[in-house]
Amino acid sequence: MTSAPILLPAGDQALVVQLSEDIDAAVNARVIALADALDRAGIAGITDRVPTYRSLLVRYDPTVIRGRRLEERLLRLLEELDVENAPARLWRVPVLYGGPAGLDLEDLAREKKMSPEELVALHCGTEYRVFMIGFAPGFAYLGGLNPRLHTPRLAIPRQMIPAGAVGMGGQQASINSVAGPSGWRFIGGTPVRLFDPARDPAILLAAGDRIMFEPVDRGTFTRLAALAAAGRPVIGPEVA
Amino acid sequence: MLEVLRAGPMLTVQDRGRFGWRHAGVSAAGPMDGPAFAMANALVGNTAEAAALEFAHLGGIFRAHAPCRIAVTGGTAEVVIEGEPRPAWEAHRVMAGQTIRIGAMADAVWGYLAVSGGIETPILMGSRAAHLRSGLGRVVEAGARLPLGAFDPRGPALACRRPHAETLAPRDIRVVLGPQQDAFSAEVLERFASARFTVTTRRDRMAMILDGPQIPAQRGHDIVSDGTVAGSIQIPGSGCPIVLMAEAQTTGGYPKIATVIGADLPRLAQMPSGAAFRFRPVPRDTAEDIWIAQHSAERRARLRLSVTIARRWRA
Repeated sequence: MTSAPILLPAGDQALVVQLSEDIDAAVNARVIALADALDRAGIAGITDRVPTYRSLLVRYDPTVIRGRRLEERLLRLLEELDVENAPARLWRVPVLYGGPAGLDLEDLAREKKMSPEELVALHCGTEYRVFMIGFAPGFAYLGGLNPRLHTPRLAIPRQMIPAGAVGMGGQQASINSVAGPSGWRFIGGTPVRLFDPARDPAILLAAGDRIMFEPVDRGTFTRLAALAAAGRPVIGPEVA
Repeated sequence: MLEVLRAGPMLTVQDRGRFGWRHAGVSAAGPMDGPAFAMANALVGNTAEAAALEFAHLGGIFRAHAPCRIAVTGGTAEVVIEGEPRPAWEAHRVMAGQTIRIGAMADAVWGYLAVSGGIETPILMGSRAAHLRSGLGRVVEAGARLPLGAFDPRGPALACRRPHAETLAPRDIRVVLGPQQDAFSAEVLERFASARFTVTTRRDRMAMILDGPQIPAQRGHDIVSDGTVAGSIQIPGSGCPIVLMAEAQTTGGYPKIATVIGADLPRLAQMPSGAAFRFRPVPRDTAEDIWIAQHSAERRARLRLSVTIARRWRA
């Protein structure tokens, strides 16, 4: 965290501010704070910014601002960075454990020599941090998974995992945002749609958010799923 | 309204792209060949924000249900309006009920059909650009009826000099090294910058996979996932470079040896499968200069379009 930031070019219209080579919540908080500071600075010519685990990618229009000048501005923002003031939203995400989307719950419990109930308690008994959004629209990489639940990915990914499936891969947890292939293991499903292009907001989660999973029964799941299908966000964030 | 009677491969609606969503995992999409797309819109008098159709190799057959002007760009496509052959890279008037057939392009992969008024499919997250992997929009199929926007029917049909003549000659694809060039030894970087690479058939709007010499990373091919852009050259464990394109994922866990410069990415996209080329590293400052120069040259070209003979016919 004390190491100097490294500036790396990503072509002629993007650059990367790298704060570390490792996954670390404090580094990630600095990356997100820098992204927020960049938004507030209102620098002309910034077209997109992507906070990731340990670096911030900034896209720019070189006909408006040159990379060298942008780097100077970013370094100055880093010097003045205030990480403490970053707000952290908390989302309580309802999950039907097991069920149609939780196809690995029984097998995983057996592999880990615990009951499905114990596994669920470990999964929803902890707070997760959204380290970054990437890979697919609204797909959140969550840190904070209990080490007893760390789970290798499948060697051969499954072809079709539905949106809303709640799973884990390696040391990370996530919620599937769009249907598609995945090598992760899945223990349940949420009726919440992290991504719905026709809804405002189209995407619910942002890097830096906090997540708690809350078990719900089938009836609640069905009721909330109907709301989600009608284009409702279903849940809203609590601001700390 | 434009009716699709027969659809060529990978026919999609595209506008300039969906910007400002990369942080949420949604890349811009938009045209594979931005300059050719912008020229198609300019030829029919559309604004830069208008949507048009993109196709791969072969356009298809369309019917106009109202009078309009159309233009086809991208490559030297065969354009036939109601049985009459017409050149690409210029606008043509089409009467209500007439058919437009767009045949194969010999010299390009991605083609564009722009219609005066633009295609007015619903806007999703600020854009009409189809992003298939994200479920935004879809492949346009035969039977589709695409709504068109309003336009000035007295506007001229315009033509341009073929802007790609110079780019048809084989030329290097210029790159800026990094962000993860440190993951590769000096010898491997030298190999990357001197060897010939070949465009393979494993290509789509997401990425192009290249054949060439092995490009091994020094400390494995997994990095902590970070941001990617269109033009990022990822090196996975197979050692075959993957160049990310318009519809690529926004983050990735492979080291990125270099990034194709903005001015050369459309030319790479238009290379036929089997074509060979070299990567040539340039400093970032130079790459920005090239982009700025090309950007203003393209703008000048769009402002200096000439009125075609079709206008005299109308009088």
